[in-house]
Amino acid sequence: MSGIREVKGMTGDEAIANAAKLVNPDVVAAYPITPQTIIVEHFSDFVSNGEVDTSYIPVESEHSAMSACVGASLTGARVFTASASAGLALMYEILYVASGLRCPIVLAVANRAFSAPINIHGECTDQMVCRDASWLSLFGESAQEAYDETILSFKIAEHPDVMLPTMFGVEGFIVTHALERVESLSKQQVEDFLPESRVAKYRFTPDEIMSFGSLVLQDYYMEIKRQQEEAMLNAYDVTKKVMEEFTEMSGRKMEVIEEYKLEDAEYAFISYGATAGNAKAVVDRLRSKGEKAGALKLRLYRPFPSLDIQEALSGIKAVSILDRSATFGSPGTILQSDLSTALYGKENVPTLHGYINGLGGRVLTLPEIEEIYQKTKDYHDVGMTTTLDWVGYRS
Amino acid sequence: MKLQLPKVSVKDLQEWSKLEEVFTSGHRLCAGCGAGIMARQVTLAAKALGDPCMIVNATGCLEVASTIYPYTAWNAPWLHNAFENAAATASGAIEAMNAMQRKGLMREKHVNMIVFGGDGGTYDIGLQSLSGAIERGHDFLYVCYNNGAYMNTGIQRSGGTPQGAATTTTPAGTVIPGKIQWQKPLAEIMAGHDIPTFTASPAYPRDLMAKVQAGLQHEGPAFMLVDSSCNLGQRYPPDQAIEVSKLAVKSCFFPLYYTCKDEWILTGISARIAKDPERKLPVDDYLKPQGRFRHLFKPEWKKKMIQIQDEVDEKWNRLVRKASLH
Repeated sequence: MSGIREVKGMTGDEAIANAAKLVNPDVVAAYPITPQTIIVEHFSDFVSNGEVDTSYIPVESEHSAMSACVGASLTGARVFTASASAGLALMYEILYVASGLRCPIVLAVANRAFSAPINIHGECTDQMVCRDASWLSLFGESAQEAYDETILSFKIAEHPDVMLPTMFGVEGFIVTHALERVESLSKQQVEDFLPESRVAKYRFTPDEIMSFGSLVLQDYYMEIKRQQEEAMLNAYDVTKKVMEEFTEMSGRKMEVIEEYKLEDAEYAFISYGATAGNAKAVVDRLRSKGEKAGALKLRLYRPFPSLDIQEALSGIKAVSILDRSATFGSPGTILQSDLSTALYGKENVPTLHGYINGLGGRVLTLPEIEEIYQKTKDYHDVGMTTTLDWVGYRS
Repeated sequence: MKLQLPKVSVKDLQEWSKLEEVFTSGHRLCAGCGAGIMARQVTLAAKALGDPCMIVNATGCLEVASTIYPYTAWNAPWLHNAFENAAATASGAIEAMNAMQRKGLMREKHVNMIVFGGDGGTYDIGLQSLSGAIERGHDFLYVCYNNGAYMNTGIQRSGGTPQGAATTTTPAGTVIPGKIQWQKPLAEIMAGHDIPTFTASPAYPRDLMAKVQAGLQHEGPAFMLVDSSCNLGQRYPPDQAIEVSKLAVKSCFFPLYYTCKDEWILTGISARIAKDPERKLPVDDYLKPQGRFRHLFKPEWKKKMIQIQDEVDEKWNRLVRKASLH
């Protein structure tokens, strides 16, 4: 830990913009969408006032935003953008180009529900459905984590063993618009943390005759995809290492998962994003009633930290999965499917009980989370190993 | 300041032909493909200017046929992102160079940025991305080679397909004689952005190359619409590519001109036809060699043929009026 921590009040969006200001990316190409807009508005202020020397490209769509990011990244630039919901969906095609061409772009997501019906509020489906796009995917619980993840995402994405794009999300309004206490870093700290040089080995520049984005058919396509998987496997180790360095630099503990009172717990919640805060509050309530409750928060979603989760949940009887993302006709919540695969056949694994909740910004109250806890215990007691429920809606 | 075309002489062509090719042999475009001829002319004209050129290419025939991994036919930095986003991709590359030069992370250098897109990637799916990049003022020459359909995916109609043409999605049937709609006025749409806009044909290389150089020497975006033959989709023998391209110009189906703001200047054969209308060929001469228009010559579609001639005349007369204001 170094330096005196300066504390400021910031919303999640402001935290991301201010962190991006310290990074001073070469190019930001972005398009406004609620609840992300404040990030690019603030960043535009920094550009207009000369507080950063970034080239800001005010594109005409999110599709063009991600397309310009790919062009800039292949030219060798450090690139940042932000989006949400429909905007992220419009980028979807180019997300695959960004990872396939190994562009370490950083994308902040203000997680928001998809249309229809149109809704602007918090929900993480938009980011969850990008899970197969070969992007690293992180979630943050608070404005502080939004701030921290902005900075460390660049370091992970640009690591020579990774060179993959990285997205991190915080829930729309719940985090993006809530004013919170944020410990900031100094420009010097961020400059010391991030390498100054640009990392791309091959660049689209006037000095090198090279073709990018070739047509690759049956004879080579699969090798290139396999290289992405190997980069993703490397990304797991790199993320852990970078988080350790970040912890050292900031004095704030940053790990791929966060364990809360899990050591002697019998029943646990697992969640990601803002829900994790409520889960921890409920754990405290339950503990005061003598329940052996705990909570696990997932920060890193892709690559999926299977080993850390296996260890953290070992010996726990049953887990309530609080998933603020929608899936239909699936055997479990999106996170539940990952957890089932990660834990299947291992020893001392908990039973898994998925709860789809909080869609379109619907609030999941603390009493409701307590009810979920009880429901999971009941399922476990009658021998059910996996269940799926929707909670918090009028039937 | 008025836009001026440099003079390109036959001697210039002779000199430029000694330059190292940018679009080289080994590509897999069809024999007689206009896109390959167009790409060589455009890139040689750029190379003759001296500064390095960089190329962004939308998905399409030119892209898929030129870079089948691990080979490439491009002797220049070349980048393909996707179908509808070539202009936005160029925006990103240009701004990346601006920022990195500003920060001392890259050597200062003027670059001639060329963006290639077909009619599908420009008239249709990439129009928004192109319009946005032009509005932002990014310095590139966008070259749309219009071969009249989605030829890469098998001759489906596009916004650049001419009226009456048979394509696999506008077949010549017993009730409907090919495509019903006229082409989108793409050059006029681009000119409406107040940027230098050129039309050109690989059948007239000096005219095309002069326009490429004018477009690249202009600071900011410029647009060029090239009439590009496709013997496979337009249906004629491969050795007729240039002949059919000439007929498009001589019949005023595809006039050669350039424009910037309120100036409209006819060039080459088109300028001569405007002075001497007797030289204008009937549109039938252009349609006849092409299998895609074969059905129109049946007696039942005579009315359609008259309509097409009327429309060509109306558009040509309108252009001549605009050009005669100077």
